[in-house]
Amino acid sequence: MTDVGKTLEIRTSPHILSGHSVDVIMFNVVLALLPVTAFAVYAFGLSALLVLGVAVASCVVTEWGIGRLGGRASTLRDWSVAITGLLYGLTLPPGLPLWMVAVGGVVAVALGKTLFGGLGFNVFNPALVGRAFLQAAFPVALTTWSPGFGAGRFSGLGSSTLTLPFSRPLYDAVTSATPLALWKFDRQASEVGELALGFVGGSTGETCALLILMGGAYLVGRNMMNWRIPAGIFAAVVVLSGALHALDPQTYASPGFMLFSGGLMLGAVFMASDMVGSPMTSAGCLAYGALIGVLVVVIRTWGGMPEGVMYAILLGNAVTPHIDRWIQPVPYGASPRKEPR
Amino acid sequence: MRLLGLKTFRNGIHPPGSKDETAGLPIRQFPFAPLLIVPLVQHLGKPSVPVVREGQKVARGECLARPDGFMSVAMHAPASGTVRSIGLTPSITGRMVPAVFLEPQPGSTQEVLEGTPCPVDTAGPAEIIEAIQAAGVVGLGGAAFPTHAKLRIPEGRSVDALIINGAECEPYLTTDHRVMLEQRDDVFMGIRYLLRACGAQRAVIAVEANKLDAAEHLRAGLPDDLPASVEVLQVKYPQGAEKMLVSALLRREVPSGGLPLDVHALCVNVATTAEIGRLLPHGRGIQERVITVSGPAVKHKGNYRIPIGTPLRFLLAEVGVEEDVARVFLGGPMMGAAASSLDIPITKGTSGVVAFDADGAERTHRRVHPCIRCGYCVDACPVLLNPCQLTALTRGEEYGRMADEFHLMDCFECGSCSYVCPSHIPLVQQFRMAKAAVRKAGAA
Repeated sequence: MTDVGKTLEIRTSPHILSGHSVDVIMFNVVLALLPVTAFAVYAFGLSALLVLGVAVASCVVTEWGIGRLGGRASTLRDWSVAITGLLYGLTLPPGLPLWMVAVGGVVAVALGKTLFGGLGFNVFNPALVGRAFLQAAFPVALTTWSPGFGAGRFSGLGSSTLTLPFSRPLYDAVTSATPLALWKFDRQASEVGELALGFVGGSTGETCALLILMGGAYLVGRNMMNWRIPAGIFAAVVVLSGALHALDPQTYASPGFMLFSGGLMLGAVFMASDMVGSPMTSAGCLAYGALIGVLVVVIRTWGGMPEGVMYAILLGNAVTPHIDRWIQPVPYGASPRKEPR
Repeated sequence: MRLLGLKTFRNGIHPPGSKDETAGLPIRQFPFAPLLIVPLVQHLGKPSVPVVREGQKVARGECLARPDGFMSVAMHAPASGTVRSIGLTPSITGRMVPAVFLEPQPGSTQEVLEGTPCPVDTAGPAEIIEAIQAAGVVGLGGAAFPTHAKLRIPEGRSVDALIINGAECEPYLTTDHRVMLEQRDDVFMGIRYLLRACGAQRAVIAVEANKLDAAEHLRAGLPDDLPASVEVLQVKYPQGAEKMLVSALLRREVPSGGLPLDVHALCVNVATTAEIGRLLPHGRGIQERVITVSGPAVKHKGNYRIPIGTPLRFLLAEVGVEEDVARVFLGGPMMGAAASSLDIPITKGTSGVVAFDADGAERTHRRVHPCIRCGYCVDACPVLLNPCQLTALTRGEEYGRMADEFHLMDCFECGSCSYVCPSHIPLVQQFRMAKAAVRKAGAA
């Protein structure tokens, strides 16, 4: 017994931790995205698989490479770049030429994340930075959608997928319009039920609202996502588009259509809720969500493009530091609300 | 199940209780160590002044040291024996402190010396306060604030609610639980003394819902003439902090930088209350206390009545701690301090001794990631601070701003933010250092 306590470890309290950790949270986000990813491959076939694969690979390699150049320890194991790559891939059209996917992936991580100092310091959602870059650089390719559930989707690739860099992509004869574009340009509404299940055109991962919501529910259940952010977005979208729809159902889409079309679900559940770019307080998260919801409706209704989720979230990210300054918790006892007797 | 309707405070965390292994174990008397080390500073305030000399024979319960002024208490001999020396001993704070080294006498009956009783029905507030100081009573919950100093209510102030703190929200600790079950009458007697001393009209005994048996036991035995009630609170850390108790029970907020007294409340730990009720009728002083000894490295876990001054080395050997013990801390795992040496003695403020083996220690030894602004800490902080913002400010050493704009000094270091942080940032430790810097700047 004389040797008891020979090497005592001295640390400051607390001596126990919750077990939550950054890598565990990030890994669970990847898990929550897997059903959505699987559906993307199921719906759009090998092309989507390649788009997603190249997206993840380009992001991971970029983070690894920049880390090497800077002589820093590898940050790949915190899983955050995997999320960026996956989310980025899920926002792209399934037939996008792979070289564009790779370029956007490099931009997403290099400009969207590491330039700011890496995980935790980025102002904007890196996946959306990459996509916004592509949208500006290749507007046509980013709005050309190959249809899902094609007969030969598992046996061959879409003709545009393997386009050589800087050459004009050749598209299959059939491309499909997204429900949002149909509404924007033809005032043609889609069935909300079909939207929710994902049997429509769109980006690889945005079509099946149901699987996205399941992933979100999993994260909320594990306390790895603040439900107030998607809830704020949904509420703002429903209230604003509902009011507009009530005014003039011919011009303005219904709230159900607004909720389930385009990238709203994917954006609200997986991108706006990214912890790094969203406010810290619960009240701040509600305000941030509501702001994004309002912006989505405004851009979709009055903007030049059919979809507005990406820019709405990026703007929300930009406002986050201000929200955190405006909405601070009121410290206990700082403003005695209840004077005894 | 009326758990959802139970009172509580805002925010807070739910660490695993880890109390099941000791909650059912009755309090047992601990043997005397061959040498007891009684520090003269076991409380917040001035060190006590020794009244014994080397070589002197003392009886168990005899006064070893007298209080030095009002913010000080008396010390009593934990055993009958001989004063070997008066010198320095390592303490849990890391500093060397003066102490009386006492060698218990083998074969002694170890009968406790009786003093002048303090009659509960006739003694006035001043007499009771004096008796509590003479009995050496300090807050046994861990803060070790001299209890009598709390009870002297300044002119023009009043207390309308005396809160008896039996929340015991720290994981592993079950001493208050056992005291409520086994020393019910002492608790009630203590409440009588406390009510007379502070002038409050009623007392509320606060118990967390994981100790319903204790709450029921207390309720069943409440004397008709005692103006006290038992209130069951939600299980949530840090429910036992004074400010949290006041807001949960009375719906009042203690002002920033203030005391419960500012909102007419007074909190006293239930074990402290029981000690007052046990000692004062006999004019005795504290010479031992109930301590939970637990943790993965402890073979014979339990609640023990341990003589003050028992060295950790002896204590751990008695409860079967093996060589691979990696970490020992005094108090609970949330706020307790790590022992740097096993020659540190048990003091009046030691509510628990928890020992981890290497496995348990490793689980909290995690890589620090950058802050991902998840906001967990904001939702955990019981005093509604913004730990994430504060830690960003520590990077620039903007301590003054932290204190002035973000209420740094209201942080009472409960550890909730560090507990939930997924990036394992040592938030509390940064705040401790920042607070020290602010105090230093204020003193300069």
